This record gives sequence, structure tokens and C-alpha cells, in this order.
Amino acid sequence: MTRRHVAVTGAGPAGLAAACAALAAGARVTLIDSAEQPGGQYHRMPPEASAGHPGGLRHGRDAFLRRRSRVLTHPRCTWLPETSVWALERTGPADGPPGAGSGAPPRVHLLCGGPADGSGRTRRTLDADALVLATGAHDRVLPFPGWELPGVCTAGAAQALVKGERLVVGDRVVVAGTGPFLLAVAASLLEAGAGVREVLEAGTFPTVGRNWLSRPWELAAQLGKTAELAGSAAALVRHRVPYRLGRTVVEARGDGRVEEVVTARLRPDWSVVDGTERTVPVDALCVGHGFSPRLELPLAAGCALRDTPAGAGAGPFVVVDGEQRTSVPGVFAAGEITGVAGAPAARVEGAVAGWTAAGGDHAVPALRVLRRSRDEGRAFARRLARAHPIGAGWPGWLRQDTVVCRCEETDYGTLCAAFGDAAQAAPRVARLSTRAGLGPCQARVCGPTVAELRARLGAGPAGHGTAAEPPGHTPHRRPLAQPLRLGELAAAPVPFGSPEETPDRSGGPKPPGAADRTTPSGPVAESPEAPSSPTDPSDPTDQR
Amino acid sequence: MSPRRLPARGTADGRGERPLRITVDGRPVDGVAGQTVAGVLLAAGRTAWRRGPSGAARGVFCGIGVCFDCLVTVNGDRDVRACLRRAADGDEVRTQSRTRPGTGGSRSADAGADGYPEHGEATG
Ligand SMILES: Cc1cc2nc3c(=O)[nH]c(=O)nc-3n(C[C@H](O)[C@H](O)[C@H](O)COP(=O)(O)OP(=O)(O)OC[C@H]3O[C@@H](n4cnc5c(N)ncnc54)[C@H](O)[C@@H]3O)c2cc1C
Ligand code: FES
Repeated sequence: MTRRHVAVTGAGPAGLAAACAALAAGARVTLIDSAEQPGGQYHRMPPEASAGHPGGLRHGRDAFLRRRSRVLTHPRCTWLPETSVWALERTGPADGPPGAGSGAPPRVHLLCGGPADGSGRTRRTLDADALVLATGAHDRVLPFPGWELPGVCTAGAAQALVKGERLVVGDRVVVAGTGPFLLAVAASLLEAGAGVREVLEAGTFPTVGRNWLSRPWELAAQLGKTAELAGSAAALVRHRVPYRLGRTVVEARGDGRVEEVVTARLRPDWSVVDGTERTVPVDALCVGHGFSPRLELPLAAGCALRDTPAGAGAGPFVVVDGEQRTSVPGVFAAGEITGVAGAPAARVEGAVAGWTAAGGDHAVPALRVLRRSRDEGRAFARRLARAHPIGAGWPGWLRQDTVVCRCEETDYGTLCAAFGDAAQAAPRVARLSTRAGLGPCQARVCGPTVAELRARLGAGPAGHGTAAEPPGHTPHRRPLAQPLRLGELAAAPVPFGSPEETPDRSGGPKPPGAADRTTPSGPVAESPEAPSSPTDPSDPTDQR
Repeated sequence: MSPRRLPARGTADGRGERPLRITVDGRPVDGVAGQTVAGVLLAAGRTAWRRGPSGAARGVFCGIGVCFDCLVTVNGDRDVRACLRRAADGDEVRTQSRTRPGTGGSRSADAGADGYPEHGEATG
């Protein structure tokens, strides 16, 4: 019997659960992540903690550590840490619909081994029977005057530094933006002993409150997530940190770094109420307005996307069916790239995707349970989007000289002029003339904002684009999903072994540093041969 | 106050942590194993080490390799994201910038103004 080979990109909550379920279904799995450790954004921990010395900064990581060791030590799993997927190459006829022809999923192009952005990594290719994409999301941040000052960082950055390195960004911190993640970040900072001055939720009570308080039975289904939020809120109360609704930071000021912020009251549409400005001295400001999915790989594969209604989250997201299939045969998607609902929902989606990608039996009762739980996760995502929409009035706090594209320092005035001028307004033309989105980050940060401003300034739709009508100007379409050095591009890639062999046994060149970590060792939780059933990866003790 | 690092729980005096030393533009900076280059710099009180095209200071923004605001040169490799790169004892870190000479200077389509192609742009 030839086993199906499932390649999973991303080892966050979604990807790890996908790997676990695919192994349980009997497949051979290659799990790929550019980080050194599995865990993604959620299960980030200081290096000594992952080595088995639990630190104090993480709650209930036991279930995660169990799942991690089950996957990493499984004889049918090859774990490729420090490996980036930098391109997906479609195998069908170039002009046909994505995936047409062979029915095989795209070929995976990898950059293996070595420290982040180091030179001399090895280029490899991988052909699998199915791909699971679980590349997660990054913070979305709306621009405001002074947001480019050092000391202003994303809420996620503050969280990553405190969880991954025990580093607190400051001692007089303001956390601002929208969404429940702000609470989690403030709680982590407080727990680590940092001083948090206030947490500012831009949403006003009617919107935030109505959507969080309605249909409480739905929330009960997301007990882990709800309890986690309650825990974060309790930490704020304990430390007497004010949580203010309908207020935000409209300017950051300082000489060479942030020294104070100006906050102001907002109306429900996020227009600024004049005369409510307050100046708050800070040494750090953390901002987040929800998350943007990392769509480079789904777009490279040709997956259809769905747009979200204006203001409702930082879509578009990948379209998936009831079993996490994308529109491209053999390509599955799970986690934040399909909608932002938090780690527990990402895990369940991953399990469904992994099981199905591995050709697991559709009829097993466990899958029904998982799918129900996945649907509850989706309902939670919709609730989040409704409770924390981005108000249409936010450009009101921009000034002509406010930087919108951080890389190129393109300011709001320049964009207004370009979008007001019909000849320049076409996305590609505007991009070249204003340079917004052409810098090193390749529009990862400003892309959704520029698209939104363009639409608002009357220069046409935001134009996110789908596979069906490739617009070329979607802010997420990039030829390289990850940076690559010219020398690395010039070198010929080495294919991983035939589907019968796992890469580490193929005898071909091994990615430096990966081979020793891929050797199976230690106990295996489930029989490596007999397919079992997918287990519900959500664990009530596994929080935040 | 600036960013600061807390010692590992149960090792309040930092025992059990493996110290390391890197140089930043030739000056030694101490850290511990497991920190990223950005973490070492931040913990040493440095919030900015790169400049935008206008010359304005930049530091860590996204913390997860998305914004490219934290780029440094490590052991001769340009354009290394400091927030992703684990610091290794003896690493020679040099700061780098994307400033253009003068203001509003000419910029070519796909290279930084100082003549180097920033990562991903040259081929992208
Ligand atoms: C900085 C940050 C911190 C966060 N912290 C928390 C938190 O503390 N609590 C919380 O509830 N939520 C947090 N979130 C929200 C978080 O996105 C979800 O809770 C959860 O982690 C989503 O799981 P996921 O598996 O979909 O994606 P992720 O956890 O984001 O995992 C995606 C993985 O894919 C990898 N990857 C992406 N692209 C590639 C590629 N091309 N090649 C190889 N590997 C790739 C990444 O390295 C990453 O490990 C955070 C988000 C961010 C951006
Ligand atoms: S801080 Fe954004 S890439 Fe390093």
C-alpha cells in the first residue's frame, strides 16, 4: 500500500493539529515551519521552557507539549524546522484552472536549514499528495501620526517578546486598537511585571457589548477562549488598569522614540470627538486592529478567496468547504488564514484538514464532532468580526504627512493626490508612482490599508482579487512568499526523495541541522501503522 | 525605563542561563542564549537601530518577521530580520539603513537607494 503523503506548512495550533490528525489517519507527514520550534504565534515560549523547564509565563501548555512530542517523535513524520516555503508551483497547464490536469497539488519550494535569513540555506522541492496550508496571520495596524516611532510596536510583537524571550517592551505601556487580543497582551505584560497604563478599545459599547453579550450559548461553546478572556480581564482589574471603550491613540510623539501618546474619544464610526484629547506619557505603545491572514501561499496555489464586508476584519480569507478543502484540488487550509477565531478554533480546523487530506474515513463519528466544533469556531469568528469592526471614520485621524507605507514613507497626502487623479488611481500605477507597498515588506503591512483608502477615496473597489479573476493588484500576491537571496535562487533545488521515502532517509543532501531532529525517537502515542481516528484537539486545560 | 528582560523563573539571579556576547557595530553587547538579535538589542536599552528613507529612526515593529523594520547585517549577511534571528555567541552585527542621500533622492525601481537590493525586492 502506498501511503498518502501530506505536507503541512505552518506548525502553529492549526498545522500541528493537522499533522497529528493526518498521522492518525495513516498518512506520512512532512511538517514545515520557518521557526525553530513548533507552536506558531500562540504557543511561543522561552527556549528553556520548551526544553522541559516550565516557566511562569505560559498557561496550560501541557496539552500542546504532548501533541508536539506525539507528532515530532512519530516515525511517519518528518519535521523540517527553520524551513521556509518560498513558492508553490502549480503543476497543471499554465492557462487552465488551478490544479487542472494532473490533479496533484502544487510543488512545494523550500529553503532549508540554517539561522533565519542566513546565507547558504539549501533549496529543496517537495511533491506531496496533499498540502495543508496553515500559515496563520499577523497583526493589522491602522496608521496614525507617529506610528513609525521606535517604541511603537504591534500588540503581537509585545506578546511575542514577552512569551518568547521574557522581554517586556516598557514600564509605562499603553495598549490600543481593537479586539480581545489587546486584553491578552496587557495581561501578559502585567503578569511579567510591566506597568500598563491603560488598555484602549476603539469600539464603542453598543457595538462591542451587544455582540459579546448576545446569544451567550454560542460563547459557551468556546469555553476555553471565553475563560481565557475573563482571566485577562481579571488581571486588568487586579492591577487596576483601566479598560476604556471608545477611545484610541490618535498620535504618538517623541524625539527618536515614543515618549507620549495623544488619546481621544471616538464615535461609534471611529470619528474623533474633538476636544476629548488627552496626553499620556509612555515608554511603549502596543497597537493592533485585528489580524491579516498570511495569504501568499494560498494565492500562489490559486485558492479562491472570499472578501469580508467592508470593515469586518482584515479579510479576504481562504474559501474552504466543510472539510477544509480549498478550491484547488489537493490543497487544504486551516487556522487564521480561513478566518480569525483564535487558537482553539484553529486547532479544530487543522484536525479536520489533516484527517481529510490524509484520506481519512469520512464516516468516523469523531469527525462529526470535530466538524461541529469547527462550525462553532466559525460562529465565534463571525461574532468577533461583528464585535470589533474597523470603524469607517478612522482616516479622520490621519494628517497629510502621516506615513502610511512604513517602508517607503509614503504619506497620506501623496496617496490622496494619487487616488484623486484618475490617471494614477489604477492600483499598479498608484503603486509605482507613490511607491506605497514597494519596500522590503512588500505591502504586508500597508497593503490592506492602501487598498481600503483607495476604495474610500473613490478610486474603485478595494480589489482584493480571487483566483477566478486574478487582479494582479491584490496586496497579498507576491512572487516570493519568503525572502530569498539571489545566490540561493541561482542554485539548483534538490528534490526530496520519492514518495516512498521520507526526506531524512532519502540519502540525498540533508537540510543542515534538520536531520538530527527528524530522526524518530522516544515513545509514540498511537500505533504508527493502524489508522485511528482524529481526536478533538481542543483541551479545556490548554489555554492562552 | 526601556524594554527589559526578566530572568527565567526560578533563576532570579539568572543562574542557569547561558550568557553570550555579540558585537554591534564593533561594540560588545551581552545577552543570553535563546534571545533574538532584536531581543539582545532591546534588553540592552536600544530601541532603534535602523533608519527609514528620510533618516528617521526605526526599531522593532511587528516582532515576527513581517515588517522588515528591524533589518541588520549579521556576520556579513545583509538584510537579516533581527526579530527572527537567534543571537549566537560571537555574532558580528552591523546596523544598516535604507536612507537615501539627501531628501527625495532618486530611487531605482528595485534597489534600495544605497545601491543594495533589499531582500525580496531584487527578484520580486
Ligand atoms: C505575534 C502574534 C502573537 C499572538 N499571540 C497570541 C496569544 O498569545 N494568544 C492568542 O490567543 N492568540 C495569539 N495570536 C493570534 C494567533 O494568530 C492565533 O491564536 C493562533 O496562533 C493561530 O494559529 P494558526 O495555526 O492559524 O497560525 P500561527 O500560530 O500563526 O502559525 C503559523 C505558522 O506558520 C509558519 N509559516 C508561515 N508562513 C510560512 C512559510 N511560508 N514557510 C514556513 N512556515 C511558515 C509560521 O512560522 C507559524 O509558525 C497572536 C498572533 C500574532 C501575529
Ligand atoms: S520587527 Fe518586523 S520584521 Fe522584525
